[in-house]
Amino acid sequence: MSEQPAAARPVRRRAAVAAPTGETRASAYVCEAASCMSAQAHDITVKLAEQCAAAGLTDVNVKRVGCLGLCAAGPLVEIPETGELFAQVRPDDLGALVKALKHVKPGAQPKPQGPFFEKQLRVATENMGRVDPESLDDYIGRGGYDALQHVLAEMTSTEVREQISQSGLRGRGGAGYPTALKWTTVAKAEGKQKYVICNADEGDPGAFMDRSVLESDPFRILEGMAIAAFAVHASEGYIYCRAEYPLAVARLRTAIRLAQRAGFLGANIADTSFSFDIQIRLGAGAFVCGEETALIQSVEGKRGTPRPRPPYPAVEGLFGCPTLINNVETFANVPAILRKGAGWYASIGFGKSKGTKVFALAGRIVNTGIVEVPMGTTLREIIFDIGGGIIDGRPFKAVQTGGPSGGCIPAEFLDSPVSYETLIELGSFMGSGGMIVMDDTSCMVDVARYFQDFCRDESCGKCVPCRVGTTQLWMLLDRICRGQADMIDLANLERLAKVVQKMSLCGLGQGAPNPIFSTLRYFRDEYLAHIVDKRCPAGVCEIAQPTEVPA
Amino acid sequence: MTVYTLKIDGRDVAGSEGQSIMDVAEENGIDIPGLCHLPGIHDRGACRLCVVKIGGSPRLAAACVTRIAEGMDVVAHDEELSEYRRAATEMMFLERNHVCAVCVANNHCELQDMSAEVGLTHFELPPISPALDVDLSHKLFGLDHNRCILCLRCVRVCDEIEGAHVWDVMHRGLETRIQADMGVPWGDSTTCTSCGKCVQVCPTGALFEKGRPVASGTRDERPFLPWLRVHQEERGL
Repeated sequence: MSEQPAAARPVRRRAAVAAPTGETRASAYVCEAASCMSAQAHDITVKLAEQCAAAGLTDVNVKRVGCLGLCAAGPLVEIPETGELFAQVRPDDLGALVKALKHVKPGAQPKPQGPFFEKQLRVATENMGRVDPESLDDYIGRGGYDALQHVLAEMTSTEVREQISQSGLRGRGGAGYPTALKWTTVAKAEGKQKYVICNADEGDPGAFMDRSVLESDPFRILEGMAIAAFAVHASEGYIYCRAEYPLAVARLRTAIRLAQRAGFLGANIADTSFSFDIQIRLGAGAFVCGEETALIQSVEGKRGTPRPRPPYPAVEGLFGCPTLINNVETFANVPAILRKGAGWYASIGFGKSKGTKVFALAGRIVNTGIVEVPMGTTLREIIFDIGGGIIDGRPFKAVQTGGPSGGCIPAEFLDSPVSYETLIELGSFMGSGGMIVMDDTSCMVDVARYFQDFCRDESCGKCVPCRVGTTQLWMLLDRICRGQADMIDLANLERLAKVVQKMSLCGLGQGAPNPIFSTLRYFRDEYLAHIVDKRCPAGVCEIAQPTEVPA
Repeated sequence: MTVYTLKIDGRDVAGSEGQSIMDVAEENGIDIPGLCHLPGIHDRGACRLCVVKIGGSPRLAAACVTRIAEGMDVVAHDEELSEYRRAATEMMFLERNHVCAVCVANNHCELQDMSAEVGLTHFELPPISPALDVDLSHKLFGLDHNRCILCLRCVRVCDEIEGAHVWDVMHRGLETRIQADMGVPWGDSTTCTSCGKCVQVCPTGALFEKGRPVASGTRDERPFLPWLRVHQEERGL
């Protein structure tokens, strides 16, 4: 395990909320998720409340909310009554905001906000940027806990699983395993004690969907987990969250405490015989602990290394008991499915991939941030319509999905719909939802080397092919990038990549060669340019030119 | 107890419920290579040499940790698996320093034997071979990290047979090392009983007995656990 990151716990501050005494005429939603918080968003909340009070605006509600999505333009403040979004707000320059709040008329209609917001469909993130993440009342006000109460009062566990089955929900952690099938396996597995675990150990480079959901709407995860626990007969739950997300952890702790106090967690939830409680476990910075068997070891207090499956955790998991492990986003979809119906959810999507998917847009893209789109939306719509295209209008080269186990998709497939199946056909992987956009300033061999370096660093060291193979692959890629490789190295790279993929114990090693396979598939000419012509087409790699030897 | 019948390399064999493919293969004289596997301690499926194909599934499974099932069709030997095993053995050689000629385990080394078994005649890739520490702080034994292949037989035998749990693992990836107690020199370990079981099970020359010549050629000539007596005499037991 690597050293514990120096992630200081955030200073606990009371939300400075200027709640109006009477009717609310206007509101200001200040984004207080990690990205905007790092740009003094909390100061904005405090000062805006002060200035509104000073200006005599007693009917204005200044509220902190979760992520507003457009992280690139933060800190963000939204006036929901008019739909106005104020970007790059500075705490010492709030005049325009106060003025706008002054002029909001009662009964104003929100104006359209442009394609970034309008092309999205928010299900898992429907409360993101709408609710105060530390207010249970706010969550309940938006339909929160309706689903759990309905489930406990009127449904059997079989009926719940049936609903999830009909919705077609599949695991949002990346592999796309049918959620209902996993739930049924756990429910039918033998054992008195069963567990539910939420995997919040998000570690892919460029991925921050789970963080945003946890920071913006933590009660939703608690509700989703409670419904899952009811469906699989579990009484204890764990949220395994990485320690690098101190704000998410703090909000989860608050949410758990508030939910316990309100009777939505603990013994006899909502005055029924169903009891379920949740504890938090912090990950200490090992990427491999996102792999479910390594995660279980870590929760048990052991060294976080994967073990071969079968037996699967659904049969023999935490402390040897049947254990349900789902990703944050999977749990976030559950309350919406049970509230609005499985048929509604199944009507969204594409082919065998139902519902929506949250993506984190990163890289050379204008609108860096969190988006949620129906499955089947094309990559072009996500990157160019919602994402606003490439920075400085440069040509698009590739988009990397699926993290270190994923692949790079070139421009010719921009019109492919996003679904589990199509991404695998394209040699990539849905993954947890990171999308790193690259333009012509990226060298694809260098990108492959970067991801291999990541895998090499994060390999747990248990099995030989991953521990040694990822380093060997990285060494070969490094030679290619430096212009020191020949065609034998390329042949060795392909041979070794196959061995690592086939021989490795867990998904980390099995997926580690994927960036190499996909870049070789679509950008083989770049490899050859490095090897044969000793040049980097993108001008990224520093290739020492051979000095001329006098004859 | 339920008995299952299955096929390994086309041969009909039988085993009882809970047995691994490796166990059943061993009982029937079918040799599946493996370096982290050692009868008597629990298996971890980490060296990956024992991977086999099951029923045409594209996914390979480690024979030492995969339990048998009725009607299983196991392919333990074919051209593709041989190639993978050769590659994995090569990786173990390249990871650290395995120069046989100057190794205390020369001619009684399981890694050396494995290279012969899988037909590894030369290396395709450059060695990684970092210069690592040699721990000679223990009175009777030495630990040479440069020869360690991280099979963790020592960790398991110390924990499961001796019950001392002196050895464990620190760091990750290529930095992974076995460590005594909480990372102290072996000689300073307060839990080590000097039983020497770890030295006996080490497949390579990573754990060795001090004072033996490099060319001794064998490790099986001494009586069972001779060091325990030395240790007891020292402590006046």
